Amino acid sequence: MDDLYREVIIEHYKNPGYRGHLDPHDIQFEDNNPLCGDHIEITIQTDENEKVADARFDGHGCAISQASADLLIESIIGKPLDEVKQLNKDHILEMLGIELGPVRLKCALLSLKVLKAGVYGLGEASDDLVE
Amino acid sequence: MSLDVGSIRKQFPIFQRETSPGVPLIYLDSTATSQKPIAVIEAMNEYYRRSNANIHRGVHTLAEEATAMYEGAREKIAKFINAPSAKQVIYTRNTTESINLVAYSWARANLKAGDLVILTEMEHHSNLVPWHMLQAERGIELEFIPVTEDGLLDLSAYKTLLNRTPKLVSFTHMSNVLGTINPAGEIIRLAHEAGAMTLVDAAQSVPHLKVDVQALDVDFLAFSAHKMCGPTGIGVLYGKKDLLEAMPPFLGGGDMIKEVKLRSFRANSLPHKFEAGTPAIAEAVGFGAAVDYLSSVGMDAISAYEHELTEYALERLIEIPGVRLFGPDAEKKGGVASFVLDSVHPHDVAQILDKGGIAIRAGHHCAQPLHEKFGIPATSRASFYLYNTKEEVDLLVNGIYKVKELFG
Ligand SMILES: Cc1ncc(COP(=O)(O)O)c(C=O)c1O
Repeated sequence: MDDLYREVIIEHYKNPGYRGHLDPHDIQFEDNNPLCGDHIEITIQTDENEKVADARFDGHGCAISQASADLLIESIIGKPLDEVKQLNKDHILEMLGIELGPVRLKCALLSLKVLKAGVYGLGEASDDLVE
Repeated sequence: MSLDVGSIRKQFPIFQRETSPGVPLIYLDSTATSQKPIAVIEAMNEYYRRSNANIHRGVHTLAEEATAMYEGAREKIAKFINAPSAKQVIYTRNTTESINLVAYSWARANLKAGDLVILTEMEHHSNLVPWHMLQAERGIELEFIPVTEDGLLDLSAYKTLLNRTPKLVSFTHMSNVLGTINPAGEIIRLAHEAGAMTLVDAAQSVPHLKVDVQALDVDFLAFSAHKMCGPTGIGVLYGKKDLLEAMPPFLGGGDMIKEVKLRSFRANSLPHKFEAGTPAIAEAVGFGAAVDYLSSVGMDAISAYEHELTEYALERLIEIPGVRLFGPDAEKKGGVASFVLDSVHPHDVAQILDKGGIAIRAGHHCAQPLHEKFGIPATSRASFYLYNTKEEVDLLVNGIYKVKELFG
Protein backbone atom coordinates (compact mmCIF):
# COMPACT_ATOMS: atom_id res chain seq x y z
CA MET A 1 0.00 0.00 0.00
CA ASP A 2 2.92 2.31 0.72
CA ASP A 3 4.06 2.33 -2.89
CA LEU A 4 0.93 4.00 -4.22
CA TYR A 5 0.12 6.14 -1.22
CA ARG A 6 3.62 7.44 -0.60
CA GLU A 7 3.95 9.90 2.19
CA VAL A 8 4.41 12.77 -0.23
CA ILE A 9 0.97 12.09 -1.72
CA ILE A 10 -0.83 11.77 1.59
CA GLU A 11 0.97 14.87 2.86
CA HIS A 12 0.07 17.05 -0.13
CA TYR A 13 -3.48 15.72 -0.06
CA LYS A 14 -4.01 16.44 3.63
CA ASN A 15 -2.07 19.68 3.83
CA PRO A 16 -1.97 21.28 0.42
CA GLY A 17 0.18 24.40 0.14
CA TYR A 18 -1.54 25.87 -2.87
CA ARG A 19 -5.23 25.27 -2.43
CA GLY A 20 -7.25 28.40 -3.08
CA HIS A 21 -8.48 30.80 -5.71
CA LEU A 22 -6.64 33.93 -6.89
CA ASP A 23 -8.65 37.08 -7.51
CA PRO A 24 -7.81 38.91 -9.66
CA HIS A 25 -6.22 36.38 -11.99
CA ASP A 26 -4.94 36.39 -15.56
CA ILE A 27 -5.71 32.77 -16.32
CA GLN A 28 -8.54 30.59 -15.03
CA PHE A 29 -9.69 27.15 -16.13
CA GLU A 30 -11.62 24.24 -14.64
CA ASP A 31 -12.65 20.75 -15.62
CA ASN A 32 -13.99 17.44 -14.31
CA ASN A 33 -12.98 13.86 -14.60
CA PRO A 34 -16.32 12.40 -15.65
CA LEU A 35 -15.40 8.93 -14.42
CA CYS A 36 -15.23 9.87 -10.78
CA GLY A 37 -16.43 13.43 -10.48
CA ASP A 38 -13.01 14.84 -9.59
CA HIS A 39 -12.97 18.58 -10.14
CA ILE A 40 -10.02 20.96 -10.49
CA GLU A 41 -9.92 24.71 -10.97
CA ILE A 42 -6.65 26.55 -11.50
CA THR A 43 -6.12 30.32 -11.28
CA ILE A 44 -2.85 32.02 -12.29
CA GLN A 45 -1.41 35.51 -12.02
CA THR A 46 1.29 36.26 -14.56
CA ASP A 47 3.98 38.97 -14.46
CA GLU A 48 5.24 41.33 -17.19
CA ASN A 49 7.78 38.72 -18.33
CA GLU A 50 5.08 36.15 -19.06
CA LYS A 51 6.04 34.13 -16.04
CA VAL A 52 3.77 32.53 -13.44
CA ALA A 53 3.83 35.02 -10.56
CA ASP A 54 1.43 33.02 -8.43
CA ALA A 55 -1.05 30.17 -8.84
CA ARG A 56 -3.62 28.18 -6.89
CA PHE A 57 -5.83 25.16 -7.41
CA ASP A 58 -9.23 24.36 -5.99
CA GLY A 59 -11.55 21.40 -6.27
CA HIS A 60 -12.27 17.99 -4.86
CA GLY A 61 -11.44 14.42 -5.64
CA CYS A 62 -9.22 11.51 -4.75
CA ALA A 63 -5.84 11.85 -3.07
CA ILE A 64 -3.99 11.28 -6.34
CA SER A 65 -5.82 14.05 -8.21
CA GLN A 66 -5.55 16.58 -5.39
CA ALA A 67 -1.93 15.82 -4.49
CA SER A 68 -0.94 16.01 -8.16
CA ALA A 69 -2.57 19.40 -8.43
CA ASP A 70 -0.73 20.71 -5.38
CA LEU A 71 2.62 19.40 -6.59
CA LEU A 72 1.99 20.80 -10.04
CA ILE A 73 1.15 24.30 -8.81
CA GLU A 74 4.22 24.27 -6.58
CA SER A 75 6.36 23.35 -9.58
CA ILE A 76 5.17 26.09 -11.92
CA ILE A 77 5.43 29.19 -9.75
CA GLY A 78 8.15 31.39 -11.21
CA LYS A 79 8.26 29.45 -14.48
CA PRO A 80 7.80 31.11 -17.92
CA LEU A 81 4.43 30.23 -19.48
CA ASP A 82 6.28 28.86 -22.50
CA GLU A 83 7.91 26.33 -20.25
CA VAL A 84 4.61 25.44 -18.61
CA LYS A 85 3.19 24.72 -22.05
CA GLN A 86 5.85 22.04 -22.55
CA LEU A 87 5.03 20.07 -19.41
CA ASN A 88 3.81 16.53 -20.02
CA LYS A 89 2.71 13.53 -18.03
CA ASP A 90 6.25 12.52 -17.12
CA HIS A 91 6.51 15.69 -15.10
CA ILE A 92 3.58 14.61 -12.93
CA LEU A 93 4.68 11.00 -12.64
CA GLU A 94 8.18 12.06 -11.61
CA MET A 95 6.79 14.22 -8.84
CA LEU A 96 4.42 11.52 -7.64
CA GLY A 97 7.14 8.91 -7.90
CA ILE A 98 4.70 6.07 -8.61
CA GLU A 99 3.40 4.06 -11.49
CA LEU A 100 -0.28 4.33 -12.30
CA GLY A 101 -2.73 2.24 -14.27
CA PRO A 102 -4.86 3.85 -16.98
CA VAL A 103 -7.78 4.73 -14.68
CA ARG A 104 -5.75 6.42 -11.98
CA LEU A 105 -3.56 8.12 -14.57
CA LYS A 106 -6.58 10.20 -15.55
CA CYS A 107 -6.91 11.35 -11.93
CA ALA A 108 -3.23 12.25 -11.78
CA LEU A 109 -3.27 14.19 -15.06
CA LEU A 110 -6.48 16.16 -14.54
CA SER A 111 -4.66 19.18 -13.08
CA LEU A 112 -2.09 19.24 -15.88
CA LYS A 113 -4.87 19.08 -18.45
CA VAL A 114 -6.64 22.00 -16.78
CA LEU A 115 -3.40 23.96 -16.49
CA LYS A 116 -2.45 23.55 -20.13
CA ALA A 117 -5.93 24.30 -21.44
CA GLY A 118 -5.83 27.51 -19.39
CA VAL A 119 -2.33 28.56 -20.42
CA TYR A 120 -3.03 27.88 -24.08
CA GLY A 121 -6.32 29.73 -23.76
CA LEU A 122 -8.38 26.84 -25.09
CA GLY A 123 -12.13 26.53 -24.84
CA GLU A 124 -12.01 22.89 -23.83
CA ALA A 125 -9.49 20.61 -22.14
CA SER A 126 -8.63 17.65 -24.31
CA ASP A 127 -6.76 14.52 -23.31
CA ASP A 128 -4.31 15.19 -26.14
CA LEU A 129 -2.80 17.96 -24.00
CA VAL A 130 -1.27 15.47 -21.61
CA GLU A 131 -0.29 12.59 -23.89
CA MET B 1 -31.17 -23.00 2.55
CA SER B 2 -27.43 -23.24 2.45
CA LEU B 3 -24.84 -23.44 -0.27
CA ASP B 4 -21.65 -25.42 -0.26
CA VAL B 5 -19.64 -22.32 -0.99
CA GLY B 6 -16.34 -24.15 -0.62
CA SER B 7 -17.12 -26.41 -3.55
CA ILE B 8 -18.73 -23.58 -5.52
CA ARG B 9 -15.51 -21.58 -5.25
CA LYS B 10 -13.55 -24.53 -6.62
CA GLN B 11 -15.63 -24.31 -9.79
CA PHE B 12 -14.36 -20.79 -10.51
CA PRO B 13 -10.76 -21.02 -11.74
CA ILE B 14 -10.12 -17.32 -11.14
CA PHE B 15 -10.16 -17.85 -7.38
CA GLN B 16 -6.95 -19.78 -7.69
CA ARG B 17 -5.06 -16.65 -8.64
CA GLU B 18 -3.40 -14.09 -6.44
CA THR B 19 -3.58 -10.40 -7.25
CA SER B 20 0.05 -10.09 -6.19
CA PRO B 21 2.36 -12.70 -4.64
CA GLY B 22 0.75 -14.06 -1.48
CA VAL B 23 -2.40 -11.96 -1.85
CA PRO B 24 -5.47 -13.99 -2.85
CA LEU B 25 -8.28 -12.43 -4.85
CA ILE B 26 -11.31 -11.21 -2.88
CA TYR B 27 -13.79 -10.42 -5.61
CA LEU B 28 -16.58 -8.09 -4.43
CA ASP B 29 -17.54 -6.59 -7.79
CA SER B 30 -20.06 -9.03 -9.25
CA THR B 31 -22.59 -6.28 -9.82
CA ALA B 32 -20.26 -4.96 -12.52
CA THR B 33 -19.60 -8.43 -13.89
CA SER B 34 -19.61 -11.87 -12.34
CA GLN B 35 -16.83 -14.44 -12.46
CA LYS B 36 -17.22 -17.49 -14.69
CA PRO B 37 -17.42 -21.13 -13.62
CA ILE B 38 -15.32 -23.72 -15.41
CA ALA B 39 -18.47 -25.18 -17.00
CA VAL B 40 -19.04 -21.94 -18.92
CA ILE B 41 -15.42 -21.53 -19.95
CA GLU B 42 -15.25 -25.15 -21.09
CA ALA B 43 -18.52 -24.98 -23.02
CA MET B 44 -17.20 -22.07 -25.08
CA ASN B 45 -13.84 -23.74 -25.49
CA GLU B 46 -15.46 -26.95 -26.67
CA TYR B 47 -17.58 -25.06 -29.11
CA TYR B 48 -14.52 -23.46 -30.69
CA ARG B 49 -12.53 -26.70 -30.59
CA ARG B 50 -15.18 -28.98 -32.07
CA SER B 51 -18.18 -27.24 -33.54
CA ASN B 52 -17.26 -23.76 -34.73
CA ALA B 53 -19.24 -22.78 -37.85
CA ASN B 54 -21.63 -20.06 -38.86
CA ILE B 55 -25.19 -20.82 -37.93
CA HIS B 56 -28.42 -21.19 -39.95
CA ARG B 57 -28.47 -21.86 -43.68
CA GLY B 58 -25.40 -24.13 -43.57
CA VAL B 59 -26.11 -27.81 -44.15
CA HIS B 60 -22.78 -29.30 -43.18
CA THR B 61 -22.26 -31.10 -39.89
CA LEU B 62 -20.57 -28.25 -38.09
CA ALA B 63 -23.14 -25.69 -39.18
CA GLU B 64 -25.91 -27.95 -37.92
CA GLU B 65 -24.16 -28.52 -34.63
CA ALA B 66 -23.44 -24.83 -34.15
CA THR B 67 -27.05 -23.94 -34.95
CA ALA B 68 -28.37 -26.55 -32.56
CA MET B 69 -26.11 -25.26 -29.78
CA TYR B 70 -27.04 -21.63 -30.42
CA GLU B 71 -30.75 -22.38 -30.48
CA GLY B 72 -30.47 -24.88 -27.64
CA ALA B 73 -29.08 -22.15 -25.41
CA ARG B 74 -32.06 -19.98 -26.30
CA GLU B 75 -34.40 -22.74 -25.14
CA LYS B 76 -32.56 -22.98 -21.83
CA ILE B 77 -32.71 -19.24 -21.28
CA ALA B 78 -36.41 -19.17 -22.12
CA LYS B 79 -37.05 -21.86 -19.54
CA PHE B 80 -34.91 -20.05 -16.98
CA ILE B 81 -37.14 -16.95 -17.08
CA ASN B 82 -40.29 -18.99 -17.81
CA ALA B 83 -40.88 -17.41 -21.22
CA PRO B 84 -43.82 -19.05 -23.04
CA SER B 85 -41.63 -19.62 -26.07
CA ALA B 86 -37.94 -19.41 -27.02
CA LYS B 87 -39.06 -17.27 -29.97
CA GLN B 88 -39.61 -14.48 -27.48
CA VAL B 89 -35.99 -14.57 -26.38
CA ILE B 90 -34.02 -12.19 -28.61
CA TYR B 91 -30.25 -12.29 -28.36
CA THR B 92 -28.60 -8.89 -28.09
CA ARG B 93 -25.17 -7.77 -26.97
CA ASN B 94 -26.25 -6.82 -23.44
CA THR B 95 -28.94 -5.14 -21.37
CA THR B 96 -28.03 -1.79 -22.87
CA GLU B 97 -28.65 -3.01 -26.40
CA SER B 98 -31.90 -4.68 -25.35
CA ILE B 99 -33.24 -1.41 -23.96
CA ASN B 100 -32.05 0.45 -27.05
CA LEU B 101 -33.84 -2.11 -29.20
CA VAL B 102 -37.12 -1.27 -27.48
CA ALA B 103 -36.40 2.46 -27.73
CA TYR B 104 -35.61 2.25 -31.44
CA SER B 105 -38.03 -0.31 -32.66
CA TRP B 106 -41.06 -0.34 -30.38
CA ALA B 107 -40.95 3.26 -29.18
CA ARG B 108 -40.28 4.86 -32.55
CA ALA B 109 -43.25 2.98 -33.97
CA ASN B 110 -45.55 3.73 -31.05
CA LEU B 111 -44.63 7.00 -29.37
CA LYS B 112 -45.17 10.50 -30.64
CA ALA B 113 -44.48 14.01 -29.37
CA GLY B 114 -45.99 14.60 -25.96
CA ASP B 115 -46.30 10.90 -25.06
CA LEU B 116 -45.15 10.17 -21.54
CA VAL B 117 -42.52 7.62 -20.52
CA ILE B 118 -42.08 7.01 -16.80
CA LEU B 119 -38.61 6.07 -15.53
CA THR B 120 -37.20 6.19 -12.00
CA GLU B 121 -34.50 8.19 -10.26
CA MET B 122 -32.49 5.03 -9.61
CA GLU B 123 -31.92 4.03 -13.23
CA HIS B 124 -28.63 2.96 -14.73
CA HIS B 125 -27.55 5.24 -17.59
CA SER B 126 -28.59 2.48 -19.98
CA ASN B 127 -32.24 3.06 -19.06
CA LEU B 128 -31.92 6.85 -19.19
CA VAL B 129 -29.90 7.85 -22.22
CA PRO B 130 -31.91 5.94 -24.87
CA TRP B 131 -34.99 7.83 -23.62
CA HIS B 132 -33.12 11.17 -23.58
CA MET B 133 -32.20 10.48 -27.19
CA LEU B 134 -35.78 9.68 -28.09
CA GLN B 135 -36.93 12.79 -26.28
CA ALA B 136 -34.57 14.92 -28.37
CA GLU B 137 -35.72 13.22 -31.56
CA ARG B 138 -39.44 12.83 -30.91
CA GLY B 139 -40.35 15.24 -28.18
CA ILE B 140 -41.62 12.52 -25.85
CA GLU B 141 -41.92 13.49 -22.20
CA LEU B 142 -40.08 11.89 -19.32
CA GLU B 143 -41.09 11.68 -15.68
CA PHE B 144 -39.30 9.93 -12.86
CA ILE B 145 -40.58 7.96 -9.89
CA PRO B 146 -38.72 9.58 -6.97
CA VAL B 147 -36.38 7.64 -4.70
CA THR B 148 -36.96 8.08 -0.98
CA GLU B 149 -34.21 8.84 1.54
CA ASP B 150 -33.99 5.14 2.44
CA GLY B 151 -33.57 4.12 -1.17
CA LEU B 152 -37.05 2.92 -2.11
CA LEU B 153 -39.29 3.98 -4.97
CA ASP B 154 -42.03 6.35 -3.88
CA LEU B 155 -45.05 4.38 -5.04
CA SER B 156 -47.62 6.99 -4.09
CA ALA B 157 -45.83 9.49 -6.33
CA TYR B 158 -45.87 6.78 -9.00
CA LYS B 159 -49.62 6.41 -8.68
CA THR B 160 -50.03 10.15 -9.16
CA LEU B 161 -47.85 10.05 -12.28
CA LEU B 162 -50.01 7.27 -13.68
CA ASN B 163 -52.94 9.70 -13.84
CA ARG B 164 -51.13 11.31 -16.74
CA THR B 165 -51.69 8.18 -18.87
CA PRO B 166 -48.10 7.21 -19.68
CA LYS B 167 -47.38 5.02 -22.69
CA LEU B 168 -44.47 3.18 -21.09
CA VAL B 169 -43.11 2.55 -17.61
CA SER B 170 -39.47 1.45 -17.74
CA PHE B 171 -37.67 0.67 -14.49
CA THR B 172 -34.92 -1.35 -12.91
CA HIS B 173 -35.91 -4.50 -11.05
CA MET B 174 -32.91 -4.17 -8.76
CA SER B 175 -30.75 -1.07 -8.34
CA ASN B 176 -27.07 -1.62 -9.03
CA VAL B 177 -26.17 1.06 -6.47
CA LEU B 178 -28.73 0.86 -3.68
CA GLY B 179 -29.44 -2.83 -4.13
CA THR B 180 -33.16 -2.07 -3.78
CA ILE B 181 -35.37 -4.82 -5.14
CA ASN B 182 -38.36 -2.98 -6.55
CA PRO B 183 -41.86 -4.48 -6.35
CA ALA B 184 -41.89 -5.19 -10.06
CA GLY B 185 -45.16 -7.12 -10.09
CA GLU B 186 -47.05 -4.27 -8.48
CA ILE B 187 -45.41 -1.58 -10.63
CA ILE B 188 -46.32 -3.54 -13.75
CA ARG B 189 -49.90 -4.20 -12.64
CA LEU B 190 -50.47 -0.51 -11.92
CA ALA B 191 -48.91 0.45 -15.25
CA HIS B 192 -51.20 -1.94 -17.11
CA GLU B 193 -54.24 -0.60 -15.28
CA ALA B 194 -53.22 2.85 -16.53
CA GLY B 195 -52.87 1.49 -20.06
CA ALA B 196 -49.06 1.65 -20.22
CA MET B 197 -46.53 -0.88 -21.50
CA THR B 198 -43.70 -1.99 -19.23
CA LEU B 199 -39.99 -2.59 -19.67
CA VAL B 200 -37.95 -4.08 -16.85
CA ASP B 201 -34.19 -3.66 -16.64
CA ALA B 202 -33.43 -7.04 -15.11
CA ALA B 203 -29.64 -6.78 -15.40
CA GLN B 204 -29.30 -7.19 -11.62
CA SER B 205 -32.35 -9.32 -10.88
CA VAL B 206 -32.13 -12.27 -13.26
CA PRO B 207 -28.63 -13.16 -11.96
CA HIS B 208 -29.70 -13.15 -8.32
CA LEU B 209 -33.43 -13.89 -8.05
CA LYS B 210 -35.88 -16.25 -9.62
CA VAL B 211 -37.53 -14.12 -12.30
CA ASP B 212 -40.70 -15.38 -13.99
CA VAL B 213 -41.74 -13.18 -16.91
CA GLN B 214 -45.23 -14.66 -17.05
CA ALA B 215 -45.89 -14.18 -13.35
CA LEU B 216 -44.65 -10.60 -13.66
CA ASP B 217 -46.78 -10.13 -16.79
CA VAL B 218 -43.99 -7.85 -18.04
CA ASP B 219 -44.03 -6.66 -21.65
CA PHE B 220 -40.27 -6.36 -22.18
CA LEU B 221 -37.41 -7.54 -19.99
CA ALA B 222 -33.68 -7.02 -20.53
CA PHE B 223 -30.61 -8.70 -19.02
CA SER B 224 -26.95 -9.56 -19.70
CA ALA B 225 -25.15 -12.91 -19.56
CA HIS B 226 -21.97 -11.50 -18.08
CA LYS B 227 -23.57 -10.63 -14.76
CA MET B 228 -24.91 -14.18 -14.32
CA CYS B 229 -21.80 -16.32 -14.70
CA GLY B 230 -21.90 -16.12 -18.50
CA PRO B 231 -19.65 -14.41 -21.04
CA THR B 232 -19.57 -10.77 -22.07
CA GLY B 233 -20.98 -9.80 -25.46
CA ILE B 234 -24.42 -11.39 -25.17
CA GLY B 235 -27.68 -10.42 -23.53
CA VAL B 236 -31.38 -10.94 -23.99
CA LEU B 237 -34.49 -8.98 -24.72
CA TYR B 238 -37.61 -10.89 -23.76
CA GLY B 239 -40.87 -9.53 -25.14
CA LYS B 240 -44.52 -10.47 -25.39
CA LYS B 241 -45.14 -12.19 -28.68
CA ASP B 242 -47.73 -9.86 -30.16
CA LEU B 243 -45.57 -6.84 -29.35
CA LEU B 244 -42.43 -8.32 -30.88
CA GLU B 245 -44.33 -9.43 -33.95
CA ALA B 246 -45.80 -5.98 -34.52
CA MET B 247 -42.48 -4.21 -34.09
CA PRO B 248 -40.39 -3.18 -37.08
CA PRO B 249 -36.93 -4.77 -37.26
CA PHE B 250 -34.00 -3.12 -35.49
CA LEU B 251 -30.76 -3.61 -37.45
CA GLY B 252 -30.95 -4.68 -41.06
CA GLY B 253 -28.79 -7.28 -42.77
CA GLY B 254 -28.28 -11.02 -43.03
CA ASP B 255 -30.31 -13.47 -40.95
CA MET B 256 -33.07 -11.02 -40.12
CA ILE B 257 -34.75 -11.46 -43.50
CA LYS B 258 -37.08 -13.93 -45.15
CA GLU B 259 -36.45 -12.61 -48.60
CA VAL B 260 -34.48 -9.76 -50.15
CA LYS B 261 -35.09 -8.13 -53.51
CA LEU B 262 -32.93 -5.42 -54.97
CA ARG B 263 -35.31 -2.76 -53.75
CA SER B 264 -37.08 -4.41 -50.82
CA PHE B 265 -37.01 -7.07 -48.12
CA ARG B 266 -39.38 -9.11 -46.01
CA ALA B 267 -38.42 -9.45 -42.38
CA ASN B 268 -37.80 -12.86 -40.86
CA SER B 269 -40.02 -14.28 -38.15
CA LEU B 270 -39.20 -14.19 -34.45
CA PRO B 271 -36.65 -14.24 -32.97
CA HIS B 272 -34.43 -13.85 -36.04
CA LYS B 273 -36.11 -10.64 -37.14
CA PHE B 274 -34.09 -8.83 -34.48
CA GLU B 275 -30.81 -10.69 -34.94
CA ALA B 276 -29.05 -9.22 -37.95
CA GLY B 277 -25.64 -10.49 -38.96
CA THR B 278 -23.48 -13.24 -37.50
CA PRO B 279 -24.26 -13.28 -33.80
CA ALA B 280 -22.14 -14.13 -30.75
CA ILE B 281 -22.42 -17.91 -31.17
CA ALA B 282 -19.83 -19.11 -28.67
CA GLU B 283 -21.21 -16.59 -26.21
CA ALA B 284 -24.72 -17.98 -26.64
CA VAL B 285 -23.34 -21.44 -25.91
CA GLY B 286 -21.63 -20.04 -22.82
CA PHE B 287 -24.86 -18.29 -21.80
CA GLY B 288 -26.70 -21.62 -22.00
CA ALA B 289 -24.02 -23.21 -19.82
CA ALA B 290 -24.33 -20.36 -17.31
CA VAL B 291 -28.07 -20.88 -17.03
CA ASP B 292 -27.50 -24.62 -16.54
CA TYR B 293 -24.97 -23.84 -13.86
CA LEU B 294 -27.22 -21.43 -11.95
CA SER B 295 -30.15 -23.84 -12.23
CA SER B 296 -28.07 -26.68 -10.87
CA VAL B 297 -27.18 -24.62 -7.80
CA GLY B 298 -30.77 -23.33 -7.57
CA MET B 299 -31.84 -19.70 -7.75
CA ASP B 300 -33.75 -19.87 -4.48
CA ALA B 301 -30.69 -21.18 -2.68
CA ILE B 302 -28.54 -18.47 -4.29
CA SER B 303 -30.95 -15.69 -3.23
CA ALA B 304 -31.21 -17.01 0.30
CA TYR B 305 -27.45 -17.30 0.68
CA GLU B 306 -26.83 -13.82 -0.72
CA HIS B 307 -29.41 -12.42 1.61
CA GLU B 308 -27.66 -13.93 4.62
CA LEU B 309 -24.32 -12.60 3.42
CA THR B 310 -25.70 -9.12 2.75
CA GLU B 311 -27.31 -8.96 6.16
CA TYR B 312 -23.96 -9.82 7.72
CA ALA B 313 -22.06 -7.34 5.56
CA LEU B 314 -24.40 -4.45 6.35
CA GLU B 315 -24.18 -5.24 10.04
CA ARG B 316 -20.39 -5.23 9.98
CA LEU B 317 -20.05 -2.15 7.77
CA ILE B 318 -22.39 0.03 9.79
CA GLU B 319 -20.25 -0.63 12.87
CA ILE B 320 -17.34 1.20 11.29
CA PRO B 321 -17.24 4.84 12.44
CA GLY B 322 -17.48 7.17 9.45
CA VAL B 323 -19.19 4.69 7.13
CA ARG B 324 -22.45 5.88 5.59
CA LEU B 325 -24.42 3.19 3.78
CA PHE B 326 -26.91 3.84 0.99
CA GLY B 327 -30.07 1.94 0.21
CA PRO B 328 -32.66 0.06 2.24
CA ASP B 329 -31.97 -2.60 4.87
CA ALA B 330 -31.19 -6.18 3.92
CA GLU B 331 -34.86 -7.21 3.81
CA LYS B 332 -35.50 -5.06 0.78
CA LYS B 333 -32.32 -5.44 -1.16
CA GLY B 334 -29.93 -7.72 -2.99
CA GLY B 335 -26.23 -8.25 -2.42
CA VAL B 336 -25.01 -4.69 -2.83
CA ALA B 337 -23.40 -2.45 -0.21
CA SER B 338 -22.64 1.07 -1.41
CA PHE B 339 -21.03 3.42 1.07
CA VAL B 340 -18.90 6.48 1.63
CA LEU B 341 -16.20 6.63 4.28
CA ASP B 342 -15.64 9.97 6.03
CA SER B 343 -14.28 12.33 3.41
CA VAL B 344 -12.03 9.74 1.78
CA HIS B 345 -12.65 9.61 -1.95
CA PRO B 346 -14.03 6.23 -3.08
CA HIS B 347 -11.15 5.89 -5.54
CA ASP B 348 -8.71 5.98 -2.66
CA VAL B 349 -10.78 3.45 -0.73
CA ALA B 350 -10.86 1.10 -3.70
CA GLN B 351 -7.19 1.53 -4.47
CA ILE B 352 -6.05 0.78 -0.95
CA LEU B 353 -8.37 -2.23 -0.68
CA ASP B 354 -6.94 -3.46 -3.97
CA LYS B 355 -3.52 -3.68 -2.37
CA GLY B 356 -5.05 -6.31 -0.11
CA GLY B 357 -6.49 -8.14 -3.11
CA ILE B 358 -9.99 -6.81 -2.45
CA ALA B 359 -11.80 -5.81 -5.63
CA ILE B 360 -14.62 -3.33 -5.08
CA ARG B 361 -15.88 -0.61 -7.42
CA ALA B 362 -15.66 3.13 -6.91
CA GLY B 363 -17.43 5.85 -8.83
CA HIS B 364 -20.97 6.68 -9.86
CA HIS B 365 -21.64 3.16 -11.18
CA CYS B 366 -23.37 4.56 -14.27
CA ALA B 367 -26.04 6.14 -12.09
CA GLN B 368 -24.97 9.77 -11.90
CA PRO B 369 -28.44 11.25 -11.29
CA LEU B 370 -28.94 8.93 -8.31
CA HIS B 371 -25.66 10.07 -6.77
CA GLU B 372 -26.62 13.68 -7.37
CA LYS B 373 -29.87 13.02 -5.54
CA PHE B 374 -27.91 11.86 -2.51
CA GLY B 375 -25.51 14.79 -2.87
CA ILE B 376 -22.35 12.78 -3.44
CA PRO B 377 -20.18 12.46 -6.54
CA ALA B 378 -19.28 8.84 -5.99
CA THR B 379 -19.60 5.82 -3.72
CA SER B 380 -17.60 2.70 -2.96
CA ARG B 381 -19.55 -0.44 -3.73
CA ALA B 382 -19.00 -3.99 -2.54
CA SER B 383 -21.26 -6.59 -4.10
CA PHE B 384 -21.79 -10.26 -3.43
CA TYR B 385 -22.59 -13.39 -5.37
CA LEU B 386 -22.89 -17.08 -4.67
CA TYR B 387 -19.13 -17.54 -4.35
CA ASN B 388 -18.49 -14.89 -1.69
CA THR B 389 -18.06 -15.65 2.00
CA LYS B 390 -18.37 -14.04 5.41
CA GLU B 391 -14.59 -14.28 5.75
CA GLU B 392 -14.32 -12.05 2.71
CA VAL B 393 -16.69 -9.55 4.30
CA ASP B 394 -14.43 -9.56 7.38
CA LEU B 395 -11.40 -8.86 5.20
CA LEU B 396 -13.28 -5.99 3.58
CA VAL B 397 -14.06 -4.53 6.98
CA ASN B 398 -10.43 -4.86 8.08
CA GLY B 399 -9.36 -3.21 4.85
CA ILE B 400 -11.65 -0.24 5.48
CA TYR B 401 -10.08 0.20 8.91
CA LYS B 402 -6.69 0.34 7.19
CA VAL B 403 -7.96 3.08 4.89
CA LYS B 404 -9.12 5.03 7.92
CA GLU B 405 -5.71 4.67 9.50
CA LEU B 406 -3.92 5.95 6.43
CA PHE B 407 -6.21 8.92 5.92
CA GLY B 408 -7.13 9.46 9.56
C1 LIG C 1 -29.20 -2.08 -13.35
C2 LIG C 1 -28.33 -2.18 -14.58
N1 LIG C 1 -28.85 -1.92 -15.77
C3 LIG C 1 -28.14 -2.01 -16.89
C4 LIG C 1 -26.82 -2.36 -16.87
C5 LIG C 1 -26.08 -2.40 -18.15
O1 LIG C 1 -25.65 -3.69 -18.44
P1 LIG C 1 -24.73 -3.93 -19.69
O2 LIG C 1 -23.52 -3.07 -19.49
O3 LIG C 1 -24.41 -5.39 -19.64
O4 LIG C 1 -25.49 -3.53 -20.89
C6 LIG C 1 -26.23 -2.64 -15.65
C7 LIG C 1 -24.80 -2.99 -15.60
O5 LIG C 1 -23.98 -2.38 -14.96
C8 LIG C 1 -27.00 -2.55 -14.48
O6 LIG C 1 -26.45 -2.80 -13.28
